[in-house]
Amino acid sequence: MNFDDTPEEAAFRSEVRAWIAANAPTHLEAELKQSSFGNMGLKSEDPIAAAKAWQKKKFDAGWACLHWPKEYGGRGATPIERVIWGQEEGAYGTLGGLFTIGHGMCGPTLMAWALEEHKRKLLPAMASGAEVWCQLFSEPAGGSDLAGLRTKAEQATDGSGDWIIQGQKIWTSGAQNSDYGILITRTDPNVPKHKGLTMFWLSMKSPGIEIRPIKQANGQSGFNEVFFNEVRIPDNQRLGAVGQGWTVSLTTLMNERLSIGSGMPTGFPELFDYCLNFQTEDGPAADDRMVRSRLAQYAVKASGLKYTGMRAISALSKGETPGPENSIGKLVAGATMQELAMFALDLQGQAGVILDPAHAEAAARFQAMLLRSPATRVEGGTDEILRNIIAERVLGLPGDIRVDKDVAFKDIPTSGR
Amino acid sequence: MNFDFSDEQKQLRDQVRRFLTDQCPSSAVRAILEGPEPYDRKLYKGLGEMGFLGAAIPEEFGGVGLGHLELCVIAEELGRVNAPVPVLSSIYQAAEALLIAGTEAQKAAWLPRLASGEAVATLALGEGPGKVSETSVKAQVSGGKLTGVKLPVADGDSADLAIVAAREPQGVSLWLVDLAGPGVSRETLETIDPTRSQAKLSFDGAPVERLGEAGQGWRIVTDVLDRAAILLAFEQVGGADRALEMARDYALERMAFGRQIGSFQAVKHMLADMYVSATLARSNAYYGAWALSTGSAELPVAAATARVSATQAFQHCAKNNIQTHGGMGFTWAFDCHLFYRRANALALALGSQSTWEDLLIERLRQRNDAPAAA
Repeated sequence: MNFDDTPEEAAFRSEVRAWIAANAPTHLEAELKQSSFGNMGLKSEDPIAAAKAWQKKKFDAGWACLHWPKEYGGRGATPIERVIWGQEEGAYGTLGGLFTIGHGMCGPTLMAWALEEHKRKLLPAMASGAEVWCQLFSEPAGGSDLAGLRTKAEQATDGSGDWIIQGQKIWTSGAQNSDYGILITRTDPNVPKHKGLTMFWLSMKSPGIEIRPIKQANGQSGFNEVFFNEVRIPDNQRLGAVGQGWTVSLTTLMNERLSIGSGMPTGFPELFDYCLNFQTEDGPAADDRMVRSRLAQYAVKASGLKYTGMRAISALSKGETPGPENSIGKLVAGATMQELAMFALDLQGQAGVILDPAHAEAAARFQAMLLRSPATRVEGGTDEILRNIIAERVLGLPGDIRVDKDVAFKDIPTSGR
Repeated sequence: MNFDFSDEQKQLRDQVRRFLTDQCPSSAVRAILEGPEPYDRKLYKGLGEMGFLGAAIPEEFGGVGLGHLELCVIAEELGRVNAPVPVLSSIYQAAEALLIAGTEAQKAAWLPRLASGEAVATLALGEGPGKVSETSVKAQVSGGKLTGVKLPVADGDSADLAIVAAREPQGVSLWLVDLAGPGVSRETLETIDPTRSQAKLSFDGAPVERLGEAGQGWRIVTDVLDRAAILLAFEQVGGADRALEMARDYALERMAFGRQIGSFQAVKHMLADMYVSATLARSNAYYGAWALSTGSAELPVAAATARVSATQAFQHCAKNNIQTHGGMGFTWAFDCHLFYRRANALALALGSQSTWEDLLIERLRQRNDAPAAA
């Protein structure tokens, strides 16, 4: 049992390290290290321009999209090499947030389902960061129950074969910065819900698309609503067969859980550091036994996630597929951060209410965690959906009984009263 | 990176599991729970003969000299079956104390007999309710004779040797006491888990021999408890996994309201949370195993991490295993209570959860302060 690289891994790591040392935007490092909770934290430069510049540099040197095949702009690297790259890229990796959905989800979906000529045109531009992608899945009526979506696609009657899209998506990350998106629609309401779906890719500049940012509960705006008013998509941009959209979407979602679940922050190192320094009447908070007990409970969760990750990396290193234990990442990290933030505010007493960084403790980082953490427990699969996945796929328990299973979509009740 | 057990260690796991499936069915655990014997002597002898007890004891002292990773693998299997044997006291604690602090003669006198299972030794620290610490030690040695009372002492009713913490002018030291010798009386205590016996030991002028240096007793104890915490974490992880499997199997088998109870989300989510606890605990226990087997400076942090996580997981899985079984889980006939008893007894062995939580944070703090820690 050890944490050592194999000789091949060590050689790869030193190659990566040397290239990053020579090429990374070192002037941004300090600022990037402070980024947290989905905020890049870059103020000295335009974050989008900085992200695109770093991506282009990586692409030109063959370090973009390590896990993709070379012909589409990747490196054809092994999963363990991708992990090593991530470890070495460190804070610079947060610059890649703009491309996470494209590289992690849209790219693999296109690779599996798009026409070859489209793949050759679109994928290298996505890998180089020249073009940004989003995924248009969730809807007001279809979140956890994604297959309940209502955005309609109907084939045009003009003989063009084009599809006409009418409807609305929601929670689309980065839509305002995106050039393209992958879109799941309903093409047949007369069959059970999973069977009437069809997937497409489209230009986000298409006429009839309107993007409106959502003002979130924490006051920020990282997500959007996207409205489709008679948006036209050529039939050759269809991904998979008509009615096969659910199967296609699973390609995307499998990749979503993999990319979101890895290396989730819990906030423990920040809280521990805070408790060492925060002075109570009786000295540093970390001297208090009650505080220590709570800290220890968070510590073992953070540690447990870290070493669960190490087990997964070890499996990759041996050329094996990591076990199901990785499915716990977001479930543990999200809930831990939320509880921990409440605890940090409690330590601060009445002043815990202050969000103004000029007056707040620890630059209001725990207040920001408190306000952002509810989203972590919902996005990319709610805590409840993740528990269902663990129960069904890991423990082998039966699926829930579905009252809408064999019912035509148009006949499913839409309101409880 | 290879943060996993080796193929040979996994083969050992299979071998231990086969042995215990055959030699330690739940009827064997119940025989100890309900009968007069303090532990399963036949099983313990068998574990010795198979070389399992002596896995981490060097060959020159009668062990098989494999190492602590192998002992972790064995401990996990013992935990899965609630093995009613004195491994915690005799192997994880006493043998480790002898290895750390014993003279060649002391090691030669005791380790071969502990490795074979022929003799049992225990560590006697506590003297009643409350946190066990250096200051809680009141027992005294004067003129080579020990006076005082220790309780609870794991397997103190059947042990041949006790390693006792007691004061002398230089401070707290450790002492070897032959429990068959003069000045010793013992009494079995009724506990929440009779499958791992506990006793009250009273010493009235019992002859002793010092283990380790004078006044260094608690330093040795701290080291021993860290090592034992990691080994015990593997027992707890094994127990947590088995309790989760029992709950899962019952949720698949039991029908109510015309369907398997495992199809209800309330039950599924409870089991998913048990899986989360068990998984975190396993990963933390691996961290402990790595630190123990490499002699890392991380050992104190890793031990407390493994301990806190494994205690939480086993208690969580054991109590919700009963909950999943409903009323049947509260019957004597079902095995759920064996795990519930063991989980809650192990949560206190080696010191309570709050004590280890406290230690963990203190040690993280020390590591933080240490310059350029690994």
